[in-house]
Amino acid sequence: MAQYLKPIPVPNADTLPFWEGCKQHKLLIQRCKACGHHQFYPRHVCTNCMSLEPEFVPSTGRGEIYTFIVVHRAPTKVFEPEIPYVVAVIQLDEGVRMMSNIVDCPIDAVKIGMRVEVFFDDVSDSIALPRFKLMTMD
Amino acid sequence: MSNRVAIVGIGETEVGKVPGKTPLGFHAEASKLAIEDAGLTKDDIDGVITTYSAQEPYPMHSVIFSEYIGIQPTYTETVPLGGASPAIAVKHALAAIATGVCNNMLIACGDSRLSGLGREQAVARHASIGHPQFEYPYGSPLPGLYALIAQRHMYEYGTTSEQLAAIAVTCRKHASMNPNAHMRQPITIKDVLDSRIIASPLHLLDCCLISDGGGAIVLTSAERARNLRKKPVYLLGAGEHHLQEYITWSHSFTTSGAKVSGQRAFAMAGIEPKDIDVAELYDCFTITVLVELEDLGFCKKGEGGSFVEKTDLTYKGELPLNTHGGMLSHCHAGSVGGLFQIIEAVRQLRGEAEERQVENAKLACVHNQGGIISAHCTLILGGE
Repeated sequence: MAQYLKPIPVPNADTLPFWEGCKQHKLLIQRCKACGHHQFYPRHVCTNCMSLEPEFVPSTGRGEIYTFIVVHRAPTKVFEPEIPYVVAVIQLDEGVRMMSNIVDCPIDAVKIGMRVEVFFDDVSDSIALPRFKLMTMD
Repeated sequence: MSNRVAIVGIGETEVGKVPGKTPLGFHAEASKLAIEDAGLTKDDIDGVITTYSAQEPYPMHSVIFSEYIGIQPTYTETVPLGGASPAIAVKHALAAIATGVCNNMLIACGDSRLSGLGREQAVARHASIGHPQFEYPYGSPLPGLYALIAQRHMYEYGTTSEQLAAIAVTCRKHASMNPNAHMRQPITIKDVLDSRIIASPLHLLDCCLISDGGGAIVLTSAERARNLRKKPVYLLGAGEHHLQEYITWSHSFTTSGAKVSGQRAFAMAGIEPKDIDVAELYDCFTITVLVELEDLGFCKKGEGGSFVEKTDLTYKGELPLNTHGGMLSHCHAGSVGGLFQIIEAVRQLRGEAEERQVENAKLACVHNQGGIISAHCTLILGGE
């Protein structure tokens, strides 16, 4: 594949299962075995009850745009070819939030509250980035 | 603990585009000015608190700085909590002096972000503040992370770009009256809206500067303060609250940690927002000021937009705001912006603010914020 020049996440011990899931095009979040609390980003403890038992579970990958921006000035040169692009905070249906891009959608059409669905962008041999598209009605 | 500690010395270097000085050089020059302003010598200083520098990221910053200026402190702390660091350092100085583990505390900040680091590097470094795995890869510049707040605030409350712009206009007006401000050319609301969009809805003039500069303050006990050179400014209240680090997991995109940090500071001082004569509110972006006005209790949640529209925020008005020009127009060089807010509040309460003096200023509220509305600290200062 063509070399991906933008920043590629480096997994750590907490997040490796998440990124392995992404490589398989699965969006995994954590749910605590002790109290049932869902959380993202992955960590070693439950942020609700501090148990050491958060486990990875699949997310439906669906949610809504909680807030977003349209970037007109890139932070670094490697992002400049993408200008303008959307960075959004998505609230997944499980109640956890993540940041990503909304793609394949006219910039002016993006609104808070829109339903979105995850897909995976294979950026390297080991990493696929979760990004979101507007959900099609089905 | 209220009323037991006072700020007795302030120092500010030239700010703006100031080449030829290292970050530690800025710290040292500001410290010399502050120590002299207090009527002390460096041998009187037994406590040193510093923060960090982007251009020269030393790991044990306060110890390196103490060596650089030739002080051997028996109390030191390095506070790397972003823009909240200065107010947090003051809060820690309050505890140290009040418990007797420190007599005379020096707090210094400074950096060479424009001349030393350079604009491109500064922008790139600022962008890397996001979570390295879960935010940074998606390409938001630093202003974009704040624009997420502005967008949501506009969605929930109908806040407009014009209302945000009014904040920038006021800060620039004050900077135009401040001989030592980076950007002094007055601007209008139209100028702000015409300036290039960085990340919607924030324009260039909604964003703080990238500057060089250094600041320092000296604190001591209220008892010792009585015998020093200048009118003491007392620390009447201090509060903190930290809700999250990364904006994606912000507790709320429209209410910040300023709510509880403000409540705690006002309660400790035994006063209310309506008693405040001068407000120094962290203005890395116009949206942070608007949210702070609401969260600190100067107006109701959601009404920040109409508040800035109908309230005279100039030094002559009902709520003088950032009378030195703020980070939007005076100087932003890392953590020192928050310290300049404290310094300006001290000037106002001493009656040293010259052309921009607020008449009869007795009580000031300073709010520092770090990260992306991550770390918060509110101070209440009083001249009596």
